[in-house]
Amino acid sequence: MTESTAGESVATQTPTKEALLSAQGLQKHFPITKGLLKRQVAAVKAVDGIDFDVYKGETLGLVGESGCGKSTTGRLITRLAEPTAGKIMFDGKDISHLGTGAMRPFRRDMQMIFQDPFSSLNPRHTVGTIVGAPFHIQGVKTPHGVKRAVQDLLKLVGLNPEHYNRYPHEFSGGQRQRIGIARTLALKPKLIIADEPVSALDVSIQAQVVNLLEDLQNELGLTYVVIAHDLSVVRHISDRVAVMYLGKIVEIADRESLYSNPRHPYTVALMSAVPVPNPRRREANQRQRVLLTGDVPSPIDPPTGCRFRTRCWKAQDICATTEPPLVVREGDAPGHQTACHFPVADNEEVAGRTAAA
Amino acid sequence: MVVGPDASISDQVPVGQPPAEAEGPQKAIEGRSLGQIAWRRLKRDKAAMAGGIVIILLILIAIFAPLIVNAWGYDPNSFHQETMDPATQAPTSTFPFGSFDPKHLMGVEPPFGRDIFSRVLYGARISLLIAFLATLLSVIIGATLGVIAGYLGGWVDWVISRAMDLFLAFPILVFAIALAGVIPDKAFGLSGDTLRIVLLIFIIGFFNWGYMARIVRGQTLSLREREFVDAARSLGARSGYILRKELLPNLVAPILIYATLLIPTNILFEAGLSFLGVGIRPPTATWGGMLSEAVRYYTMPHFMFWPGLAIFITVLAFNLFGDGLRDALDPKTR
Ligand SMILES: Nc1ncnc2c1ncn2[C@@H]1O[C@H](COP(=O)(O)OP(=O)(O)OP(=O)(O)O)[C@@H](O)[C@H]1O
Ligand code: SF4
Ligand SMILES: [Mg+2]
Repeated sequence: MTESTAGESVATQTPTKEALLSAQGLQKHFPITKGLLKRQVAAVKAVDGIDFDVYKGETLGLVGESGCGKSTTGRLITRLAEPTAGKIMFDGKDISHLGTGAMRPFRRDMQMIFQDPFSSLNPRHTVGTIVGAPFHIQGVKTPHGVKRAVQDLLKLVGLNPEHYNRYPHEFSGGQRQRIGIARTLALKPKLIIADEPVSALDVSIQAQVVNLLEDLQNELGLTYVVIAHDLSVVRHISDRVAVMYLGKIVEIADRESLYSNPRHPYTVALMSAVPVPNPRRREANQRQRVLLTGDVPSPIDPPTGCRFRTRCWKAQDICATTEPPLVVREGDAPGHQTACHFPVADNEEVAGRTAAA
Repeated sequence: MVVGPDASISDQVPVGQPPAEAEGPQKAIEGRSLGQIAWRRLKRDKAAMAGGIVIILLILIAIFAPLIVNAWGYDPNSFHQETMDPATQAPTSTFPFGSFDPKHLMGVEPPFGRDIFSRVLYGARISLLIAFLATLLSVIIGATLGVIAGYLGGWVDWVISRAMDLFLAFPILVFAIALAGVIPDKAFGLSGDTLRIVLLIFIIGFFNWGYMARIVRGQTLSLREREFVDAARSLGARSGYILRKELLPNLVAPILIYATLLIPTNILFEAGLSFLGVGIRPPTATWGGMLSEAVRYYTMPHFMFWPGLAIFITVLAFNLFGDGLRDALDPKTR
């Protein structure tokens, strides 16, 4: 883990490895209760102890199959949910358990782009009201009035500022997502968490929105955490990628290192996924993945040892008894960490390969 | 541009440029809210519009009943013994159906010859007043508790939901009869009809909030999960802001729909209570009370016909309008 040297800020021109956000042992268990007295009988271990840093100015991709806890992670670091255990440091301050009031000032600095552009905009509000809401909620004064500020934001995301008085239902999915992006930019945040920002959009629109996110990052110096269920979506924009499986990070590395030399069997499997022309969310489950057979086990009662062992073709006895730590494996670049006892080696003949049906 | 789901503008827009206006000649860009779209749909629905017009007429009639009666008829409680046959106590009217007499448009009531036309008009006042205010009371209680239960969840939701079940399962008619039967002549500084009207409003309104609360709670539960609520929270909005600015605007439609459908139920309920003699007492004119007296004179059906028709038209108008409103505001439920 990199030592955060906040405060000293040694003037370096190259991207500093200073953590803007840092998650340590982050955990979210949703209790399952029973009966009148709400006795807890079990818990959905949606996020089960993860560590990662997000460096200033970078884009971290967070990838994994449906239900592995990506959204929950996003909601934890934006503090829409409260962690069961672990710590979230933002800009050097512990925000793990701050209440609504105490969180308010931090909210200016971190924003979230939501997955579903049809649910993330209030159908009863005009675009002007929606994009202007951050100013009202945070009580921010704008030099030329809220309307001007909103219209500037609309221009920034490539929308017609004249559409100020229109309602969300008058826009297409891609345009709605732009409205959502304009709203997140209003308070000039440092960190933006984008939860599957394009997965609900048509393929032809996806690239446009991804490009917009990139342009905005260059222009405004933003830091991104981009969540996706598909390695191909984040390949283009990520500096680093973390792969999640059943509430754990199983591999995290620089983009080059991860895509050229995936070590965890799950990452290898994800990479061999056959892309389907229409990657809408609903179809995601029905996708054929080479190597990856069977269902994701229940997060209520995850497998012992390595959580991937029920679907792993390399699994051995030790995988059931000992949980593999997330560490740098022999021969890997620094910062390339893998949680596997038997990482996939270069040019390894992958057994159990089945043809895509 | 056509209204509807396909009214969205094309997506094929290069990044960083404003979307080209592919909508023909440039016009003032003014958005159409869902309310405006619903209004357009409602205007196309003939049955609903007819219902709406009848409702407006009924409200006007109720408000101006004294003026209309002054100009055109007789006091609802004055006797017209000259229209009665003293021997049989039946109207002597020779007009068909005992009605359509230019002097007494809907005929006269036995045995005292009260003018039915003016009694029906005055009955509208009582019916609408009680139904509207009772509905308002149910809406206020039901919507508030429904929103609170749906938004807060947890034990608050549990308590409110159980209260809801209790009120929905309550034998409200029996209870209302019992309670209305023991209303004293004077209480809370009120007396006579005023007291009974106020109490009826409270009884009907207070026992009918369960249904409204259940609907609002369900809507709130599903709205709460929508991402725009999370968006507001991630901007630092407090619960009060989210309730008022994000949830409430989306709850207006269901509240309005079920309020319009609750009004006719309450009209029937009031008529039922008055019919049973535990509502507004005679001689004050109410539709239910008129029906109840008419039962004794079943050989003269016109006596029962006019108040019955008034109830029928009113209930039908509200139901037509309410159904149209639901279709217009929420086309998915059709
Ligand atoms: N509020 C909640 N209460 C109970 N369980 C929850 C809740 N939210 C999420 N979960 C569970 O936690 C697990 C992780 O959910 P999460 O939404 O984080 O997954 P995800 O990786 O974002 O999946 P997707 O790709 O489908 O969005 C799932 O099993 C889900 O059912
Ligand atoms: S630890 Fe074992 S089961 Fe888990 S991924 Fe590695 S080889 Fe497979
Ligand atoms: Mg998700």
